[in-house]
Amino acid sequence: MTVPTMPGVVPFSDAVARFDPVIGLETHVELGTRTKMFCGCPNRFGGEPNSLVCPVCLGLPGSLPVINRSAIEYTIRIGLALNCSIASWCRFARKNYFYPDMPKNYQISQYDEPLCTGGWLDVTVHDTPDGQPRSVRVEIERVHLEEDTGKSLHMGGSTGRIHGADYSLVDYNRAGIPLVEVVTKPVTGTGELAPAAARAYVAELRDLLRTLGVSDVRMEEGSLRCDVNTSIAPRGAAQWGTRSETKNVNSLRAVERAVRYEIERQAAVLDAGQRVVQETRHFQESTGTTSAGRSKEEAQDYRYFPEPDLVPLAPPADWVEEIRSRLPELPSARRARLQAEWGLSDKDMSALHNAGALNLVAETVSAGASPADARKWWLGELARAANDSGAELASLPITPADVARVSTLVGSGSLTDRLARQVIEGVLAGEGTPDEVVARRGLAVVSDDAALSTAVDEAIAAQPDVAEKIRGGKVAAAGALVGAVMKATQGQADAARVKELILGRLGQR
Amino acid sequence: MSIARAEVAHLAQLSRLALGDEELDHLAGQLDQIISAVARVQEVAADQIPPTTHAVPMINVFRDDVEQPCLEPGQALAQAPAVEQQRFRVPRILAED
Amino acid sequence: MDRELTRLTAAQLSAAMAEGEVSAVEVADAHLARIAAVEDRLHAFLHVAADRARAVARRVDDRRWDVFTTTDMPTTCGSRILDGWQPPYDATVTRRLRQAGVVVLGKSNMDEFAMGSSTENSAFGPSRNPWDLRRVPGGSSGGSAAAVAGFEAPLGIGTDTGGSIRQPAAVCGLVGVKPTYGGSSRYGLVAFASSLDMPGPPARTVLDAALLHEAISGHDPCDSTSVDAPVPPVVAAARQADVSGLRIGVVPELSGEGYQPGVLARFSEAVELLESLGAKVVEVPCPHFGYALPAYYLIAPSECSSNLARFDGMRYGLRVGDDGTRSAEEVMSLTREAGFGPEVKRRIMLGTYALSSGYYDAYYGQAQQVRTLISRDFEAAFEQVDVLVSPTTPTTAFPIGERADDPMAMYLADLCTIPSNLAGNAALSVPCGLAPEDGLPVGLQIMAPVLADDRVYRVAAAVEAALDSRRGGPLLDSAHGLDTGEA
Repeated sequence: MTVPTMPGVVPFSDAVARFDPVIGLETHVELGTRTKMFCGCPNRFGGEPNSLVCPVCLGLPGSLPVINRSAIEYTIRIGLALNCSIASWCRFARKNYFYPDMPKNYQISQYDEPLCTGGWLDVTVHDTPDGQPRSVRVEIERVHLEEDTGKSLHMGGSTGRIHGADYSLVDYNRAGIPLVEVVTKPVTGTGELAPAAARAYVAELRDLLRTLGVSDVRMEEGSLRCDVNTSIAPRGAAQWGTRSETKNVNSLRAVERAVRYEIERQAAVLDAGQRVVQETRHFQESTGTTSAGRSKEEAQDYRYFPEPDLVPLAPPADWVEEIRSRLPELPSARRARLQAEWGLSDKDMSALHNAGALNLVAETVSAGASPADARKWWLGELARAANDSGAELASLPITPADVARVSTLVGSGSLTDRLARQVIEGVLAGEGTPDEVVARRGLAVVSDDAALSTAVDEAIAAQPDVAEKIRGGKVAAAGALVGAVMKATQGQADAARVKELILGRLGQR
Repeated sequence: MSIARAEVAHLAQLSRLALGDEELDHLAGQLDQIISAVARVQEVAADQIPPTTHAVPMINVFRDDVEQPCLEPGQALAQAPAVEQQRFRVPRILAED
Repeated sequence: MDRELTRLTAAQLSAAMAEGEVSAVEVADAHLARIAAVEDRLHAFLHVAADRARAVARRVDDRRWDVFTTTDMPTTCGSRILDGWQPPYDATVTRRLRQAGVVVLGKSNMDEFAMGSSTENSAFGPSRNPWDLRRVPGGSSGGSAAAVAGFEAPLGIGTDTGGSIRQPAAVCGLVGVKPTYGGSSRYGLVAFASSLDMPGPPARTVLDAALLHEAISGHDPCDSTSVDAPVPPVVAAARQADVSGLRIGVVPELSGEGYQPGVLARFSEAVELLESLGAKVVEVPCPHFGYALPAYYLIAPSECSSNLARFDGMRYGLRVGDDGTRSAEEVMSLTREAGFGPEVKRRIMLGTYALSSGYYDAYYGQAQQVRTLISRDFEAAFEQVDVLVSPTTPTTAFPIGERADDPMAMYLADLCTIPSNLAGNAALSVPCGLAPEDGLPVGLQIMAPVLADDRVYRVAAAVEAALDSRRGGPLLDSAHGLDTGEA
């Protein structure tokens, strides 16, 4: 079998100028139930290998599955939040194939009768050329439930991956964990925004799932896994192109880069007069490219049939409605509500989103700050600090409560803006809470007249010519004297009060 | 209705059975016979008839999301042909997942 | 004394032990002695747990088919691929029997993974029919039937997927029952065809069968397909033995060509007997029963091809060919090739074929539709009658080796039993005499609606009482295959 020579890539802007991309995403979510999908083994991490197993999840001869009711409830929750229809009657099915991490050599999944169908998720793409956020409706094909596989360590090779390994070691602790699969319909019409739209979808889905409390959705840990499908067709073509499926996409950034690279790569393939191969590709984190997986001779024949060891699932309508009534405020609704409460424009909201500051600002407001203040701090001082240290805003060592406290202190006059910045600095440096930093650094505003008078007198005495000007009516000259007093008090004087004292002393009050 | 030997070989591969040539030939003949016999179901089956998977109709059999005792790793691994690092040791896997 | 103990029924033994006339240890010893005396000729057991049995001797002695997991004994399902496998958990049936104080004498032989009608498909050699040691004891639970009919144990447990309890019972002169599907738990029963398998008792008398049926039945939360309903009153029905006024239907489709004349003769006589006892007999056509066999031989292999996929040498059991250079795929294939017998491979291949994309609709899909038609036949029939009857199997026990190379001929043994597996209703086989041609046992099959298991016991008890009375003793007293001057 000859491997075609790689035609390279077409630069992205060129590719999207001539081709229309179509994307699709399949996302697997590990549910955070207490126990596994079909048995009572604990659903948790960190156990010794093969210590969280039983005859059922090991697939021992004679074992039988029993459905975890919570997993069904969580899945219905997800379906409702995605505006899906919940099946009134459906079944599990066996997906048959041999693989050592699957103890029964079939996976109990759902085939032509998924629990949830139809639906949509509206996502906003913020990172647009003109800065105007764009809304994209991603339609959902289906949401279904299945069981996860065990995990293998591939030994003896140089990369730890399957290719080149001598043998493998299998741990079944994660075998049987409930997994929800969310499949989108193909998303068209996003053009150059396709990579960003894919990323925005995964981010929004992740937020949604976290809000629903059904999973801890950590991409780095694998509780949220994405496969991205990408195809391109010449602009105006009647048919879609052949799609590739990219796996190993383990972060939001990877989602975006994978789509981008596939568009570039497929454009080059088509430009070279070749055909895009329908295949599974592997995203390479280090290079931001995708590589061909093992070529499959033919599509797998999974020989699906309804699972005979389980009886059908027919969620009663009142149960579904009860689940619906308990749905929390979803992220999109929450954002709309906050935008209205804070009186912000779409662009303002985009800025918050791009900085990753939305939740931080919301929490700061809850802790007592005004929206304007909260935004000022998070998008200003703190965004700068994050940038400087190369960290994410949310991982800065300062809490929304801290920021709210600083805001309150400024509002009550205990701190000036300038002092407040020093307090923030102190908290970031690990010196303690805002109040602790104030105390330690002695940053309280000095507004005691007696203390200030001394400094005022000294300043006047030190600059008699300036004082003379002020006596003569040039009130503006007071600035120099204020500056001197501020310097003498290490910036802790209440500048406005200082000015009043000076003017009063020099007869201009 | 006859089943070609190549198809039988394919079935063997799908089922992970390393059949020898003689066995393949023998099986092909027998399978052919059986498949012809069982094809009779097509005489009466029709689209409007719903399939049955369970004799006694039941729905919604669940268990509570409550932990149950697990096996000890020793028990789980006791019958394993090969064990390393408290895991099942298996030969090198070819296919990508 | 030993000889007499092994000749008692479980009910009699139970009563005797309760009265203090004999101890459980004595009963166990008597049976172990019998096993030692005849086992080399019967080959009914795969594993005899002599020490364990003596240690655990309690009220009722029992022998169980080697397809139920037991933590204290190997479970092989008659296959090399599980040779020596020691399960880490007990089947629910095992647990219930232990709780009932049952002594397990050992695990008996069976057709490999319950596939077969003669026990010739066991990887460990066939068992033999106590009536004639050159003949099969039926299958797949032939070992169980041989042991019980050979007085090595008063009771056995098997599973019935296509007739695997009833057919051996019929050809060995025993009572064999397939409870309503879901009536007994399948948790711990190594699966062959999930939607068809059902544990049940082979026994020497109707009452013994009922006692065991009750002991192993009932809802099990570990089995999603187990029925959440009270166990039908089978023991009471077994003691009732009164059929006056009962409506009985004869199924014309389960008769005719291919049926041994002696079998048909004894069957007719049984029907006449029932009439004489006060039952009303009518003919009730079941037009789709003729399609039951092909439907079964699509559904069962399909489910089994999937159920047996787990036997791949990775986690337990046999592993072949792992020389450090071969891939997992190759080792799996070599292991399964070496570990499975020809019938199992045949059915796996057939099942894989029937489920393949492109063929699903034509085969498995349509077989499931035929299943619906058969259920409807039963429903319609049971509106006219209380039970249906037929011969249990078209012929008496055939000679060992006669059908081994002809799968289609072998499958015909299940002709009458299969409809009840497809529809899931209760069915029982009770001896109704010996065929005049060969002096071998014939079974009468009684079928009742889903969850009406008690009805089959009621009718069977009536037949048994009447025939025993006519004969002047139980049928098995005439089984001379093991008589060589040895007890």
